[in-house]
Amino acid sequence: MSIEAMPPESGLRTDVPVLEVEDLSVTFVRRGEQPTRAVDEVSFSVAAGETIGLVGESGCGKSVTSLAVMGLLPRRGVQVGGSVRLGGTELLGASDRTLRRLRGSEMAMVFQDPLSSLNPTVPIGTQVTEVLAEHRGLGKKEATAEAAELLDRVGIPDPTRRLKEYPHQLSGGMRQRALIAMALACSPRLLIADEPTTALDVTIQAQILELLRELVVDTGTALVMITHDLGVVAGLCDRVHVMYAGKVIETADRHDLFARPRQPYTGGLLASVPRLDAGRGVPLTPIRGSARDAIPWAEGCAFAPRCDNAQDDCLTEVAGSTVPLEYDGPGRELRCRHPLTYPPSPTGATSSGSTASGAGR
Amino acid sequence: MTAAGEPLLRVEGLRVHFPIRRGVFFDRTVGHVRAVDGVDLAIDRGTTYGLVGESGCGKSTLGRAVLRLVEPTGGQVLFDGTDVASLKGEALRTMRRRMQMVFQDPLGSLDPRQDVESLLSEPLRAHGLGGGTAGIAGRVRELMDAVGLPSAALRRYPHEFSGGQRQRIGIARAISLEPDLLIADEPVSALDVSVQAQVVNLLEELQRRLGLTYLVIAHDLAVVRHISDVVGVMYLGSLVEQAPSGVLYDEPLHPYTRALMSAVPVPDPVVEERRERILLAGDLPSPANPPSGCRFHTRCPWRQETRCDDEVPVLRELAPGHLVSCHWAEEIRDGVLAPKSPEEVAAIQGVTVRATGAEAIESDALVQGLDEPIERR
Repeated sequence: MSIEAMPPESGLRTDVPVLEVEDLSVTFVRRGEQPTRAVDEVSFSVAAGETIGLVGESGCGKSVTSLAVMGLLPRRGVQVGGSVRLGGTELLGASDRTLRRLRGSEMAMVFQDPLSSLNPTVPIGTQVTEVLAEHRGLGKKEATAEAAELLDRVGIPDPTRRLKEYPHQLSGGMRQRALIAMALACSPRLLIADEPTTALDVTIQAQILELLRELVVDTGTALVMITHDLGVVAGLCDRVHVMYAGKVIETADRHDLFARPRQPYTGGLLASVPRLDAGRGVPLTPIRGSARDAIPWAEGCAFAPRCDNAQDDCLTEVAGSTVPLEYDGPGRELRCRHPLTYPPSPTGATSSGSTASGAGR
Repeated sequence: MTAAGEPLLRVEGLRVHFPIRRGVFFDRTVGHVRAVDGVDLAIDRGTTYGLVGESGCGKSTLGRAVLRLVEPTGGQVLFDGTDVASLKGEALRTMRRRMQMVFQDPLGSLDPRQDVESLLSEPLRAHGLGGGTAGIAGRVRELMDAVGLPSAALRRYPHEFSGGQRQRIGIARAISLEPDLLIADEPVSALDVSVQAQVVNLLEELQRRLGLTYLVIAHDLAVVRHISDVVGVMYLGSLVEQAPSGVLYDEPLHPYTRALMSAVPVPDPVVEERRERILLAGDLPSPANPPSGCRFHTRCPWRQETRCDDEVPVLRELAPGHLVSCHWAEEIRDGVLAPKSPEEVAAIQGVTVRATGAEAIESDALVQGLDEPIERR
């Protein structure tokens, strides 16, 4: 089950971060149309046992980032640039054979909609054992026993019976558990979870998040969590990258990010979500407009049309350069010329208090 | 009509059962999905009642049954003193003018071939309101103003708008007839986070200006807490707890409410690390074959050997306005009873919990189809 038991032929190094993404950009090209840059110079790295969060609204490029890392984007009409290294091995431009060998064994992905990511005509058991047979060369009997053990580990009751069942016979939470079991079959070093709980109810979501939390602690898997739910991020991720219109606009440790969001977009997101522990009647401060109002990064800060802090030099035309992602204190990076500021006594500031001040800008 | 002190909407013992049919040639009814099974609630004028629960608990069916979009199996829906269930034909149509609905999926509930002007004037024409073509045109502009859309948008079609704007159109359509009661079924769950707040604020503003009464149905407890005066929690077709929103969130009494509260992630790492988490064992049982006694006993961390398995708890008032249906609510509140871990619950119930989808596959597919959240992101 462990990584040591794996044949060492994978050729991955252990002295570098599990995943290093550098200047990743993805452009969709269609004949007769302007190319769309979905992901633009995104960089991040994940170490073993670490959880990072990619946060953003629909259309910000977070899912495309994960597909590019897994090499799952179609070849036609897509240009991928930059560098993605898994344990030191470059994945962009790697051969299909290499990718096939790595996918499932060294890196795995859990998708948002468990029903459409499982084959409806094949029993769960076959779908789990398939991974084991392909990557670990197990025989049918061994694989079945192993699969039952995996289902048990992710908390599916009566796993031997479940192995014979089809996806439609399982509830949403169980399907997601089965998908996680498949992803874990070969103890991957990297697990990418793309909105794994969005389609689930809150009590089931809590179960799945707890499961992911345990996995990271027990197996030292590096976890990339892609979500739009700031609550999920707050409870699970060590570092958070906030994305907007294809670019990372703020990076911070989760405590720093929630206590003192610097990008007006991050602050706006926090101020616009009703909190369960806040008093009733505390007004919400929405962000103006919608993600459709974004302008291309080449013309200025994409968030400027919706931003309350925006000034003339947020536009490229005035400032003479696009807004860069810059160092912003230890462990933080920020892409903003007019960030939210906080009074210089950070010790007494609780996160709720500073969110409120962010809201009151 | 009735006195002003009387609640605008009173639901008494409402039941909605859907038959499960089987057979190719003969339509045999083999059982019923008890989507709503005996719910009582009352909503005062000008207030907001929030209904929360997980998918499949019957909250949407309840909202539809109030409007008679699904036919109730039993019980009464008294709207302003009139029993809606007894109305027929024209009387029902007139009554519906006073009760409108905002749907979850704004794109799916707007005709893609109608422009906004036609969408908004249709209800006015249907009910013969607005006073002729010129009057309707004026009223449509007023509505656009009320929901914060430019009048330039009148000639456009639903696909040209963003999700938040579409939901605004849906709201404008619902308020066009000046209803008394607005039922909002998951009004913000299909929207992006930054846009959700805009729609929530709009609903609150309209309530203040027009004196509307809301029944808000949602699975997001934080949104419901924010918007509601009174919150009811549903589990498997019945109310398990009802209280003024502040009280419910400060002191949840029913074990299910407690678990639900502790499961909602809070966007604050400090709070997340400190707070108590109550994980529930297993999944929602099938409403076609609900557990005996207290319906929550199969997953309840506080389940006791006596009463829970065989005695149906009644909704009783523990504090003014705070109703809860649990035999042991006082003991749990006072900390006399300690919760068990989900593993223990699963072990104890291992044999009796009929995990979803085990035997009656058809019924489960049915149940899951009832209330699936829309994933349009």
